[in-house]
Amino acid sequence: MTDQEQRAGHSSAAHEAESPEQGLETAKLGTWAFLATEVLLFGGLFTTYIIYRMKYPELFYTEHLKLSRPLGMVNTVVLITSSLTVALGIAAIKRGRQLAARVYIGLTIAMACGFLGVKYVEWSEDFAHGLYPGTNLFFSLYFMMTGLHGIHVVAGIAALSWVLFLACRGKFSEEYSTPVEISGLYWHFVDLVWIYLFPLLYLVG
Amino acid sequence: MLKMVPAKAYRTYIFIWLALLVLTVVTWLVSYVNLGMMNVVVAMLIASFKASLVALFFMHLRHENRLVLAFALFPLGFLLLIIGGTLVDTLFR
Repeated sequence: MTDQEQRAGHSSAAHEAESPEQGLETAKLGTWAFLATEVLLFGGLFTTYIIYRMKYPELFYTEHLKLSRPLGMVNTVVLITSSLTVALGIAAIKRGRQLAARVYIGLTIAMACGFLGVKYVEWSEDFAHGLYPGTNLFFSLYFMMTGLHGIHVVAGIAALSWVLFLACRGKFSEEYSTPVEISGLYWHFVDLVWIYLFPLLYLVG
Repeated sequence: MLKMVPAKAYRTYIFIWLALLVLTVVTWLVSYVNLGMMNVVVAMLIASFKASLVALFFMHLRHENRLVLAFALFPLGFLLLIIGGTLVDTLFR
């Protein structure tokens, strides 16, 4: 069935399949609603951070110095760059550039894995120095917040890998790229959370 | 609503990315300057500016309709309510 036939059928039988544009708008709205719940999920931890930071400023100051600023910095750059590549990937598929879109999404996944790799190194060093989630309040929050964020990175890798798989099978085009766009939105959110986590934990703790 | 994706979009993304990198370096450098309580304020202002750039340009909020915009902004109101409400409790208990 061609696109026009689909639209003709749509007008006669209401509540049938949506047009591609409507489908995209609905999916985006749903994604933003989901991201709203995510903001509040992290919001609880940010609130806890603020309360305890105000209560024990010296503890937060001395403990945050034990984190590696260079590694935190590297990961910030990696995540910001991966946000760029996923945005470029969406722009590419919207112009029908299949190969470019695949390369950009692949690069995004690679950088997401790189981020987790650096995180692994950081946590290993923390453990080697006897810093565990139970060590003190600062490290409880540090492991909890970066851990929850890390789980989101893993979920992002899963979503983007699925999108890459579909993209390699030629499922997307100028007309249809909804899964690319919504997983892109999710990935930008993961970047957004880190934009706040990095200064709060590594720089001004 | 079919959005046009002109070639300019690529350049905008690269420009925003460079701005984000510069701001990251700025936050990092500022953290070595002792401003007392102002360190947190400056860091959060820069972070919020970066977050706005990501939301407006990378997440296309700039081009979205009012409904999507409302969905993006209402959790921030709730977040302020949670933080503010909890602080009122813990500070004046």
